[in-house]
Amino acid sequence: MKKAGCEGGSKALLASQPSLGEPRDMSGLRPGYAVWRKITDSLSTFLLWAAMAFVAAVLCSIIAFLAAKGGGTLSWEFVTEPPRNGMTEGGIVTPIVGTLQLILVSMCFAFPVGVTTAVYFNEYARGGALKKTLRLAMRSLASIPSVVLGLFGLAFFCAFLRFGTSLLSAGLTLGCMVLPTIVTASETALANVPQDYRDAARALGATEWQTIYGVVLPTAFPGIITGGILSVGRVAGETAPIMFTGAVYFAPGFARNLFDSVMALPYHVYVLATAGTNIERTTPLQYGTILVLLAVVLGISITGMAARSRLRKDVL
Amino acid sequence: MPGREEGRRNLSEAAPRRVITAVAMSGILVMVFILLFLMKEGMPILRDASITELAAGRLWYPVSSPPLFGMMPLIAGSMAVTLVSSVLAIPFGVALALFLTEICPKRISGFFKITLEILGFLPSVVLGFIGMTVIAPYLQVRLELLSGLNLMNASMLLGVMILPTVATLSEESLHAVPQSQRDASYALGATRCETMFKVVLPGASRGIAQAAILGVMRSLGETMVVLMASGGAALLPESVFDPVRPLTSAVAAEMGETSVGSGHYHALFFMGCILLLFTLVLNVLVIKIESRREAN
Amino acid sequence: MRKSRAAALCFAVLAAAFFSGAAWAAEELSINGSTTILPFAQSTAEAFMKISPGTRVSVSGGGSGNGAKALIDGVTSIAAMSREMKAEEITAAKEKGRNPVQHIVAVDCIVPIVHPSNPVSDLTADQLRDIYSGKITNWKEVGGPDKSIAVIGRDTSSGTYEVWNEKIMEGTPVTPRALISASSGALVQSVAGNTLSIGYDSLGYVNEKIVKALTIEGVKGTPDVARSGTIITSRKLFMYTDGNPTGEVKKYLDFLVSDDGQKYVAREGFVTLK
Repeated sequence: MKKAGCEGGSKALLASQPSLGEPRDMSGLRPGYAVWRKITDSLSTFLLWAAMAFVAAVLCSIIAFLAAKGGGTLSWEFVTEPPRNGMTEGGIVTPIVGTLQLILVSMCFAFPVGVTTAVYFNEYARGGALKKTLRLAMRSLASIPSVVLGLFGLAFFCAFLRFGTSLLSAGLTLGCMVLPTIVTASETALANVPQDYRDAARALGATEWQTIYGVVLPTAFPGIITGGILSVGRVAGETAPIMFTGAVYFAPGFARNLFDSVMALPYHVYVLATAGTNIERTTPLQYGTILVLLAVVLGISITGMAARSRLRKDVL
Repeated sequence: MPGREEGRRNLSEAAPRRVITAVAMSGILVMVFILLFLMKEGMPILRDASITELAAGRLWYPVSSPPLFGMMPLIAGSMAVTLVSSVLAIPFGVALALFLTEICPKRISGFFKITLEILGFLPSVVLGFIGMTVIAPYLQVRLELLSGLNLMNASMLLGVMILPTVATLSEESLHAVPQSQRDASYALGATRCETMFKVVLPGASRGIAQAAILGVMRSLGETMVVLMASGGAALLPESVFDPVRPLTSAVAAEMGETSVGSGHYHALFFMGCILLLFTLVLNVLVIKIESRREAN
Repeated sequence: MRKSRAAALCFAVLAAAFFSGAAWAAEELSINGSTTILPFAQSTAEAFMKISPGTRVSVSGGGSGNGAKALIDGVTSIAAMSREMKAEEITAAKEKGRNPVQHIVAVDCIVPIVHPSNPVSDLTADQLRDIYSGKITNWKEVGGPDKSIAVIGRDTSSGTYEVWNEKIMEGTPVTPRALISASSGALVQSVAGNTLSIGYDSLGYVNEKIVKALTIEGVKGTPDVARSGTIITSRKLFMYTDGNPTGEVKKYLDFLVSDDGQKYVAREGFVTLK
């Protein structure tokens, strides 16, 4: 090894080497070992590239397959007309609106509560048992399987609070599901607000609450909203929590109040895949519905991802 | 009147604090309610069957008379899909993470990360549908199986679902391994392969373990994929091509058809309790690992 | 700050738009229950809403037990059931002060089905029972190729299962190796996608383009034999109401059993009353 390298620190050391990671002459070791090292090195690089390429190919083929099968069904009528004739004709506007309503109801609950919880964690809590308990509760909530939340929704919202199988029950169940996601995202956003802002506001005589409401929250707002958008993507795609709490096979129109039951896109996909007597006629509708569901979920999520990457650039 | 001013200020400090603390506590309330209501609806099954009958019974005939509530095949089904999907997805996910941090040129790594994230956003009902209509007939014909709706089919799809979780979280922890360690390894003449497997991976082992457990947790709780693609036979699987009936799919399939207050209804809630118990235990494990990581 | 206010405003406007219809009341009618009945319950509901505007009919499936549960809890106006209400369900209803009244709305029979490539075309009730209980595991034992049988059944809580259990299985437990489909439609698709399979499903779901219907002891499942009861798996399809129906519920049920309503029953592949 060159002596000069040691003096120059790691950067200079690296710069002094023609190619990073190339196996070097290790002729002192047993013969063949150098070859073996060269092979494992190239092989591992190749396999890891192959793994990534495989995943990208899987994703592309799933989307291409669904697009090819369902593309023909998509039309303006398909997304603006209700289902007709035992799900064999018409469109899927009812489940589309149902999904939007579910998003709205779940966010009306989860967003304010989630942001408030994050404010509590980041601005008010000073350690202690209460904070620890809440933290544990949030982490546990995040880990609960969605079907178990569905059971809870059935026992609590539908039966105990007598909301019935309704938009309200399903929306609140979904809200409980995404609450931890919103809390985490909002906390990160709040933590990114520089402490100087708070100090400056307090120095100007603002109260704790004025500082939070007038300075911290507006600064963190874009980050909070980004977290919100990403969780909306999850709400739109989940089936298990709404199966017994509010989604129905067929509703005659949009839910007009919180106690109506709704049709929802993911549940509609499940219904079309597993019920219906006329498979040839429902199959195109089924692929069309899947495409719309994908468009909604991925559209929302990609918007969130784009917003997030812009935000990161701004921060840096 | 400085005193009154002071008092008002104190009030305007205290009121929002109380309100915010109170609202934040609703998170604890939700969690307590979840535990309470699942127990309340799940525990009455113990009047109809003992714990040993439930856990060790091999026959799940919840509506025959007399009903048999043996949940062993269902628990085994859950374990089996979780195990197989983890075996498939965790090494793969870690490999992807290694690729992203160690091999992939920076310019295109963003693209691959987005690919992974989109994969994670695919709704499970869509994957379940693909399992049912595309993979199942293919497996059945190709491998001449009894049925293409089986443990393998569901596990592959679950693997796809948890892959992004495992890969993204592992990538974060690989990223946290200091560059100086890699530099030191290269400086000693190690190849990239040796650096990856002998320096970077061990350095991130705790984080990867955490990512793996979170993946396991997700695959244990996933419902739609197993409901649509696992075949639904309540038997102890002997091969990866046997059909299985995991807890989640049993709950989803049967909840709609029971009558409230029947033994079957309580049994399904009891399964919810079992699932909850499993995930909470895994959760504690994650927290333990995390606090160790922080301590280091 | 302004941005957040604008967002809040948007939110409020959207919310108002979504729920503004709440005040506009209409007759609500809900049908809840058997997945077997879903197809014609939905198409008759659609047709009924056309002739009786102002009435909203929602249809949800989940199973016969689910329908009974909803009727007992008082959250549905009609319970659709592919089996008769059980004694314990009636007791539970009576305890809650409800009085389930039965209406026969259509006839059906359950037909064993196999993949179209399967040469077997007739089985006896005994053979069917042996296949489902796991005694017969190879198609050659019933005159088919030397291949294992993939037995596909329904969830033990579905009405279709209960009729099959009563008429064919006569109480013998189904082998735990049987694959279980969560709904009638899923079962047909599983059978259509599996050359070794056998399943059973309501006549309405049996689509002869993708699956092959078997005869039971020479009797083919047709509307006529279902109505006359010649085939052992024939059954009636029911709707239950709480007390004698009145108002829109009565109108809907009258429509369903009328010739106009029964047209939809026939179109979905089920058997009309007459």
